[in-house]
Amino acid sequence: MLYAKDAAKENVVVRGARVIDPVEGVDAVLDVRIDDGVIAALGQNLDTNAHRVLDAEGLVLAPAFVDTHVHLRTPGREDEETIASGTAAAAAGGYCAILAMPNTDPVVDSAAMLGSLIEAGRTEAEIPVGFLAAITKGQSGAELTEMSELAAAGAVGFSDDGVPVAAPGLMRRALQYGAVTGRRIALHCEERTLSRDGQMHEGEVSAELGFTGYPSVAESLMVERDLALAAYERQPLHLLHLSAWESVQALRRALGDGVQATAEVTPHHLCLTDEAIRSLDPNLKMNPPLRSESDRTALIEGLKDGTIAAIATDHAPHARHEKDVPFEAAPFGVTGLETSFAALYTQLVEPGLIPLDVLLERMSAGPARAYGLDEPRIAVGSAANLVLLDLNASYRITEETFRSRSVNSWLLGETVKGRVCATIASGRLAYAT
Amino acid sequence: MADIRVMREDLRPPASPPKRHFISIKDVTRDDVERLLATARTLERSMEREVKKLPTLKGRLVINVFYESSTRTSSSFELAAKRLSADTMSIKSSGSSVDKGESLKDTAITLGAYDPDVIVIRHPQIGAPNLVARVTDAHVVNAGDGKHQHPTQALLDLYTMREELGRLEGLHVAIVGDVLHSRVARSLIQALSLMGAHVTLVGPPALLPRGVEAMGCEATTDISVIGGADVVYVLRMQRERMQEGANYVPSLREYTARWGVTPERLRPGQKVMHPGPMNRGVEIDPRVADHADALIETQVRAGLVTRMAVLYDLLTSGPIEVKTESVFEVA
Repeated sequence: MLYAKDAAKENVVVRGARVIDPVEGVDAVLDVRIDDGVIAALGQNLDTNAHRVLDAEGLVLAPAFVDTHVHLRTPGREDEETIASGTAAAAAGGYCAILAMPNTDPVVDSAAMLGSLIEAGRTEAEIPVGFLAAITKGQSGAELTEMSELAAAGAVGFSDDGVPVAAPGLMRRALQYGAVTGRRIALHCEERTLSRDGQMHEGEVSAELGFTGYPSVAESLMVERDLALAAYERQPLHLLHLSAWESVQALRRALGDGVQATAEVTPHHLCLTDEAIRSLDPNLKMNPPLRSESDRTALIEGLKDGTIAAIATDHAPHARHEKDVPFEAAPFGVTGLETSFAALYTQLVEPGLIPLDVLLERMSAGPARAYGLDEPRIAVGSAANLVLLDLNASYRITEETFRSRSVNSWLLGETVKGRVCATIASGRLAYAT
Repeated sequence: MADIRVMREDLRPPASPPKRHFISIKDVTRDDVERLLATARTLERSMEREVKKLPTLKGRLVINVFYESSTRTSSSFELAAKRLSADTMSIKSSGSSVDKGESLKDTAITLGAYDPDVIVIRHPQIGAPNLVARVTDAHVVNAGDGKHQHPTQALLDLYTMREELGRLEGLHVAIVGDVLHSRVARSLIQALSLMGAHVTLVGPPALLPRGVEAMGCEATTDISVIGGADVVYVLRMQRERMQEGANYVPSLREYTARWGVTPERLRPGQKVMHPGPMNRGVEIDPRVADHADALIETQVRAGLVTRMAVLYDLLTSGPIEVKTESVFEVA
């Protein structure tokens, strides 16, 4: 279900890093030897076996990250991102696998369309990429796509991301039929009669600035509907980019009742609140919107206790001229692939809001599990999916640092701590500083 | 007035000196407002002369860019600049390159090439003046951006209230109507609370923005509270902003019955204000609009002198002193 261009597998010894794998329960200074792209040995003073040596003293070696929510803008808006540029950006962000959303132009809703993307993935992708297909034809919310054929053609899951599946009856059919494909259904939860024309979170800041509000209940009402349908049909589902306290509460309750649900949260919802929008910076406009501090706290809490299994960037590149307009005229979406670890390390781990091992798990094993992908592990016999991190590096984020074709990052000009030094994806060195 | 907050440090043109702008009431302090009101009063006195033109801003260029229709705001800005002897230029969106799809940024850069001292902008989108401030070297005055701010309207309203009632501190102002869509209301709430006045918002539930009390005011759906206010400030029912099917109120008829400002709902002697244009018979009863206690025309007159004060203040960066009447030599 994941595709990347062919490349020679790595033979390397990573020397002296602090190796952290929260799932394996490892946290020790170790050497890691990789033979032909597979982790062959872990230990002290490993024989180099004539491999090249990566001196990683003072650095952290962790399972590489998995991003379940990326917009590669291909086909249709290759000026904003391509499979090549998006996967290069992902490699620079420490990712060993990403999943691309199907809300392209045209929408990925047929096996032919999916096949052409998979072909492009095989020739262009710097790291393995998987493609979701749409739940409904053209994402118009009227007719199911041929999900079984799409799954057989390689779709990693199904989503109408960007728009909700508005009709409950159709949502139920999607869950029923999705079950025969064995693939996850991922839902963008938004009740559009409540969020209509919404520009930002409805609350004190929108009241003052005058922006039309997009209330939390527009999300949580749909989350509750979809969880109720999942419970009724006894089918799993994945909730995209949760933003509201009420959504986390609803999910926690449903999980307690045995519903098979997973959920993701973005770095920007974990780091920012609607207060930031006072700057009127269009790079703070996204859907769902930044919410209040109590929402942010609930998201962090949900991430910590495992209610929210995954961090996903919702990397949404936009052309410069489309964002260089008044806030209200700007499209929704911000980039995130290249800044996610640094942003979260700086804003959540350094201040003590979440422990490092939780962050690493939610960026790697958590998202992989949500879609039934192989979890990156640091264990003998596992494929080498590794990220090398310098937790002490402090630097300023500028446009020049991006490999993405777009620069609509909310972190431009900010100073962060925590640098990705190297990424090994599927046994291949995909990025190194 | 404070510098505006730039979006991103590295997007700002290098080494440009900080410019003062008037984009939001949040840009000014109470001292700034006192100074602007005093300047406006001085200017009003000078307007009593037979020849009303002052040479103060001779050789300066003020460009008015209006992306929305406007009578009083655009005319008063233009006249204000002319009375101060500035050169003026007025650009309207229809008939300009905007019709050809030119972006605001490109239009602003084009106008910026004439080195204007001030750009006055009205635009339907929140944050448009901030963008103009970012890409030009002009002082930017916000003449209304979407539902966000209309700071010179608030200033002229403060001026009118103080002239008529003698004070702002402790004044009780009821603002009635469609607060949700009103940039006038947002600027006025902030301006009144900055000056120590007390504000009560009155309107239908869906037109009172959720969380608005955090701006330092009260909000109620009960129209009877207006009887206790010193000033009743009536907002226009913004019919053009009412999307079809939004159902903010079931009908204008029902709005008028429940929230219309009528003589029966007022105390004798209560002052009534309206930013215009009025929908007579909708939000305001014609008997109220035409009564001597209505200050609507006074507001228009105040608009001229307060806008003159804003242009003067931005371009001379300092308080105006009453005794130095020599600066007001007739041109």
